[in-house]
Amino acid sequence: MNPVRHHAGWVIVVSFIVALMLTMMPLPEWARFVRPQWVTMVLIYWCMALPGRVSVGWGWALGLLLDVAHGSVLGQHALSLSLIAYAVTLLYQRLRLYPLSQQAIIVALLIFLQLLITLWVKGATGAAPDDLGFWLTALTSALLWPWSFMVLRDLRRKFKVS
Amino acid sequence: MLRRCRIKLLFTQGPSITVRAGVFVLLSLLIMFLDHRQHHLEAIRAGLSVLIYPLQYAVSVPSRLSIWAESSLSTRNSLIDENRALRERLLEQEIRLLKLAALESENVRLRALLQSANRNWERVSIAELLSVDFDPFKRQILLNKGSNDGVVEGHPLLDAQGVMGQVIHVSPLTSTAMLITDPSHAIPVQVNRNGLRAIALGTGAADRLDIPHIPNNADIEVGDLLISSGLAHRFPVGYPVAEVVAVERDPRQPYARIVARPTARLEQAREVLLVWGADEMATTPPAGETTAPTGEVKPAQEATP
Repeated sequence: MNPVRHHAGWVIVVSFIVALMLTMMPLPEWARFVRPQWVTMVLIYWCMALPGRVSVGWGWALGLLLDVAHGSVLGQHALSLSLIAYAVTLLYQRLRLYPLSQQAIIVALLIFLQLLITLWVKGATGAAPDDLGFWLTALTSALLWPWSFMVLRDLRRKFKVS
Repeated sequence: MLRRCRIKLLFTQGPSITVRAGVFVLLSLLIMFLDHRQHHLEAIRAGLSVLIYPLQYAVSVPSRLSIWAESSLSTRNSLIDENRALRERLLEQEIRLLKLAALESENVRLRALLQSANRNWERVSIAELLSVDFDPFKRQILLNKGSNDGVVEGHPLLDAQGVMGQVIHVSPLTSTAMLITDPSHAIPVQVNRNGLRAIALGTGAADRLDIPHIPNNADIEVGDLLISSGLAHRFPVGYPVAEVVAVERDPRQPYARIVARPTARLEQAREVLLVWGADEMATTPPAGETTAPTGEVKPAQEATP
C-alpha cells in the first residue's frame, strides 16, 4: 500500500486534458508552427512539483494519447515524453531552486530533446521535415513557461494537490 | 522535512525510476516497430481515438458554432438569393447530367466492345470535417464518420473539385484521412490531354504537388489537368487531381521539374465525399491491400517510364 495520501488528483488530470485540447485546437496556418508543446510543459511542471506522483508512466501514457491526437506513429511521443519525465524526475530538486528564466532555458532544452527524437523517428519512418520552423516550438514553449508555471503552481496550492 | 521523507519512501517502493524509464523506452520502441512495420496496432489506436473523441469534439465546437451562427443569422433576403442561385445551378447541372447519362451508357457499350474492365464507383456518402489540428508538418484531417458508418482504411476521399486524399486510420466514430499534399502521400495520375502517366507526390505545402521522374522531352505543359489513373486500385479513375502550374526543363538534369496545384479545395472544405467502388462493395479487398501509404508508393516503379 502507498503510505502517502494523495489529494486532488483530478487537478492533474484536468490540467492534462486542457493541455491536450490546446494541442488540438484549430489555429490559423502560420500559428500552427509556433504552437507551444503544451502537454510537455504541463508534464514537466507536474514531474517537478510531484515527482513521486507524476513520472515516467504518466509521460508514456500521455505520449500515446498525443500520438493518436497528432496522427503520428504510435510510440513517437510516448518515447520522448517518458524520457523527458525521466530527466525531470532526476533533476527536480535542482530545477525547483532555479529562477523562472533559468527554468525556461531548461524547458527549451528538454523540448529541443523531444523535437530531436521526433525528427529521428520521422526520419526513420517517413519524411523528416527540413524546415527550420520545426524548432520554433522549443522557443515559444520557453517563452510561455513562466506564465504557465505560475498558473499551475497557483492551481496546485489552491487545491492542495499532493 | 516530513515531505522529503515521504517522497524518499515512495521511491524505494517498486523498481527504481531508471529501470522504469528503461522499460517504457523499450516499450515505446517496440510499439513504434509494430505500428510502422506490421500495422498491428490499429485496434489500439482506434480505442485511444474513442477516448480522445470527446476532446476533439469539444475543440471543434467553436468553429461549428460559427458555422451555425453564420447560417442561422443570415437574413431572409440573402437566403432567398442563395436559394435562387442554387436552383439555377441545379437546373444547369441536371441538364449536363442528362448528357452524361447518355455518354455513360455509350462508354459502357464501347468498353464492352473493347472487352476492357469497367470499374464503377457508385455509392457516395458525405462526411463532415471536425476542425482539429494535427502535426503541422503533416496534412491530415479528421472526419466524423468511422467504422460504424462503413468507412475502411484506404477509402478514397473527394470533394466537388477533385481528389482530396485517403483514409488512413479508422476508429468506430471518427476516421483520420491523409490529404494528397501530405509528404508521405503519392497518387498515380495521368495527363488528361494525352494519357501520360505519372505519380503526384505530396510536399507538405498546402497547394503544391511534385511530379517526379518525367523526362525532359515528355509532352506536359503548364495548365495540363492531371486526373487519377486508378492504377493503384485505390482511387476511382478519371477524377481531377491537380493542375500543372510550373514546368522547368533543364537539359543538365535527367528529369523535368514539374509542380502541380491540387484542384480540390483541401484547406477550405467542410464536407468531403467518401466514395465506395462497385467492386469494392462486392468483394472486400485482401488485407494486404489496405495498408495505406506503402501500398500507394508501390506503383511509382511501375508507372515511371
